[in-house]
Amino acid sequence: MSRSEEDVLDAIERRRRRPHVKLMDQQITLAHGAGGKSSHTLIEMVFRRAFTNPALDALGDSALLQVEGTAPRLAFTTDASVVKPRFFPGGDIGELAVNGTVNDLAMAGARPLWLSASFILEEGLATAELERIAQSMAGAAARAGVAIVTGDTKVVERGKADGLYITTAGVGVHERDIVLAPEQVRSGDKVIVSGTLGDHGMAIMVARGELELETDLRSDTASVNELTAALLDATDEVRWLRDPTRGGLATVLAELALATELAVDLDEAALPIRPEVHGACEILGIDPLYVANEGKLVAVVGPAGVEAALAALRGHPLGGDAAVVGELREDPTAPGMVLLNTAFGGNRVVDMLAGDPLPRIC
Amino acid sequence: MKFVDEFRSGEVAKRVAEQIAGLAEPGRNYKFMEVCGGHTHTIYKHGVEDLLPPEIELVHGPGCPVCVIPMGRQDDAIAIAKRPEVIFTTFGDMMRVPASQGSLLDAKASGADVRMVYSPLDALRIARENPDREVVFFAIGFETTTPSTAVTLLRARAEGITNFSLFANHVTIIPAIRSILDSPDLRLNGFIGPGHVSTVIGTRPYEFISRDYDLPIAVSGFEPLDILQGVYMLMRQLAEGRSEVENQYSRVVREEGNPLALKAIAETMELRTTFEWRGLGFISQSALKLRDELAVWDAEVRYDIPGVRVADPKACQCGEVLKGVIKPWQCKVFGTSCTPDRPIGTCMVSSEGACAAYYNYGRHAGRRTPEPASVA
Repeated sequence: MSRSEEDVLDAIERRRRRPHVKLMDQQITLAHGAGGKSSHTLIEMVFRRAFTNPALDALGDSALLQVEGTAPRLAFTTDASVVKPRFFPGGDIGELAVNGTVNDLAMAGARPLWLSASFILEEGLATAELERIAQSMAGAAARAGVAIVTGDTKVVERGKADGLYITTAGVGVHERDIVLAPEQVRSGDKVIVSGTLGDHGMAIMVARGELELETDLRSDTASVNELTAALLDATDEVRWLRDPTRGGLATVLAELALATELAVDLDEAALPIRPEVHGACEILGIDPLYVANEGKLVAVVGPAGVEAALAALRGHPLGGDAAVVGELREDPTAPGMVLLNTAFGGNRVVDMLAGDPLPRIC
Repeated sequence: MKFVDEFRSGEVAKRVAEQIAGLAEPGRNYKFMEVCGGHTHTIYKHGVEDLLPPEIELVHGPGCPVCVIPMGRQDDAIAIAKRPEVIFTTFGDMMRVPASQGSLLDAKASGADVRMVYSPLDALRIARENPDREVVFFAIGFETTTPSTAVTLLRARAEGITNFSLFANHVTIIPAIRSILDSPDLRLNGFIGPGHVSTVIGTRPYEFISRDYDLPIAVSGFEPLDILQGVYMLMRQLAEGRSEVENQYSRVVREEGNPLALKAIAETMELRTTFEWRGLGFISQSALKLRDELAVWDAEVRYDIPGVRVADPKACQCGEVLKGVIKPWQCKVFGTSCTPDRPIGTCMVSSEGACAAYYNYGRHAGRRTPEPASVA
C-alpha cells in the first residue's frame, strides 16, 4: 500500500513536533555548534535534561528571574565567543562577546546592566592583542551602557585554544509591563526585521581569506539594546523578539512557527539584503536567510503597532533599513511552517538549518 | 545583483508561463527531465513548478555530483582521510555523506585531518604550505568541475609539488543520460540539458538524443527564468513536431564547448573502462581517472584503499530517485528516518540532491490547494 504525498508530508510534520528521545550522535561534531537542528537536539537531550527548571525551560534568549518579595524581575544570560578570525571587518571577538550578551538581555525586554567576562587564553598570545581586545570590549560596553564588573582568566597550553575564547554573562532588569513570548503572537501579526540580513556571517566568511573574494563586507556587530528600547517605547504591540544570530532569520522564524502552530509567510522581495551579501551568497550557494546577524532584531508586532514600530526603528542609526518582511497567519495546510513567496512568483518552505555551512562565526 | 535579478523577474516569468500554458494540449501530459542538480535546486528554491500548468511534470535526473558517488567510494575516501600523514580536502557537501561507518565529518571528529575547500587549487595551496604532510583532494563532479581538477594537476606537475594527490571520481554526463534513456521505467518527453556541463562539452554530444531517441533537449541556464524558458523551448518543439538540440543558455554555452578545458582534461585524464554510479550501477566509460604518467598524483595508486563495492542501505531508494523513477516523497524513508540533519542517502545530503531540495524547499507544494478558477 503506497503512501500518498499528503501522508508523507503529515508524517514529516508529526516528526518535526515529536520531542527528542535520545541523542543519536556518538560524538560532538561541528554541526552541534551551528545553531540548527543538531544544536537543538544537543541542548534538549543533554543540557535541558540535566538542568531542567522553569526559568531554563522557557528557553528564551535570557532567563527571567525574580527574587521572592522583590521587584523588578532580573534577566540573566551567557554567551561564549570562539570566532575565527579574532579580528574582522566591522569588529573583533571582544566586541562580539559584549554585544552578544547585551543583545540576549535586550531580546527579553530587559535593560542590560552588568556583565562578567571569562578569558581562556592560549600560551603565546601577544599581550598587545589582548589589550586591544580588552579596549574594544570596554568600548562596546560603554556604548551599550553596561559595566563589566567581574571576570576570570585561565591560560591553556599552546595549541589548545585558538588564541583566546571569551565567555560573557550578563544581568539586566526587566522593568516593562510586557510579555514577549510565542503565546502572545496572533494570526495577522507582522514580522519586522531591523535591517539588512546576513552581514556578519558573510563578513566572517570573506575575512577568513579562503575565498579570494574582495568585498567591502563588514560585520554588523552592535548592541541593539537602545534600538530595542526605542521600539518598545513606541508601541505596546510588540509580541515577540529575537536576535537572528547563528542559523539566521530562517531558524528563529522556524522555531516561532512551530511554537505558535501558525504559518509564517515571508516575502522574498521585501527582505533587506545588501547587494554584496547577496552576491557572496550566490557565489557560495548559501541562502542569506540562514546567515548569522550580530546587530539585528526580529520583532513580531500586532498590526496596529506596525507603523509606530517601523518609525521608531528607522529613527535609530541601527534601524535605518527596518522593513516588514512577513506575516503570521492561520493556515490549516501549513501549520507551524515558514513559507517564502519567491520574487519569481513561486512559493517554498523555509526550515531550520541542517548541517553546518559556516562554523565558528561567533 | 542586477545581473542575477534580470533572470528572476516575476513579471517576465508570468508572461513566459502564459506562453507555456498556451502550448500545452489539454489532456496530454508532458514529462521533462532536468539532468543537472543545479536545475533541481533552482526549481525548488524559486518555486518554478508553481508557474507551470498541471500537464507538465519535471522529473529530476542523475545530475547531482555528490548523489551519484557510490558508498564504496565514500568508504575509500574515509580510509585515506584517516591516515595520520594525510590532510584530506573536500567540498563541504561530501563531508556529510554517510558511508558504511559514519561520514567524513565523523572521521574529522575522531581526529582525521579533514578540511573543507572551495576549489582544488585551495587544496594545492595547503600542500604547498604543509610540505611535511600529504594532501589529498577528493575530486568529484561532472565536466563542470573536471577542468579545475585538471588545471590543478597541471600546476602541481609544473611546480613539482609531490605531497599532493587526487582521489578522482569525476563522471561524465552523456553515458548517464543514455542509461536513463535505455531504462524501461521512464517515459520522458524531453530533457532540460545541463548548462554548466555544456559550457565545457558544448551541445553536439547531445545530438544522439534527438537522432536516436527522437526527443527534444534544451540546454538551459540556472536562473529560474532560464529553466522556464527551457521548458518553453521544449513545449514549442513538441507542438511543432520537432526534436532538436536547442541552446537556451547561448550567453554562455557554445556549440563546440570550451576547447581549452577539454584539452586540459584530455592531457590529464582518461576514461575508466567502467565506474559504479549510485542507483544506476556500473556504466561503461562513464568516469575519468588520471593518466598513467601522472600516477604520482593519483591517490588510488599511492594509497592502499579498500576498493570494495558496498550496497546502499536497504531502506535507501536514492537509486530510484536518481533515475527519476520515484519522486523523493515516494521513498520509504523520506522525511522520517532520512532527513537533512540525519541523512541516510546522498540525495538528502547535497543541496542539489532531489530529496534535500524537496524537503528543504518544496515540501509544501503537495499540500497547496490550487487557486480556485476565477469566475468571470
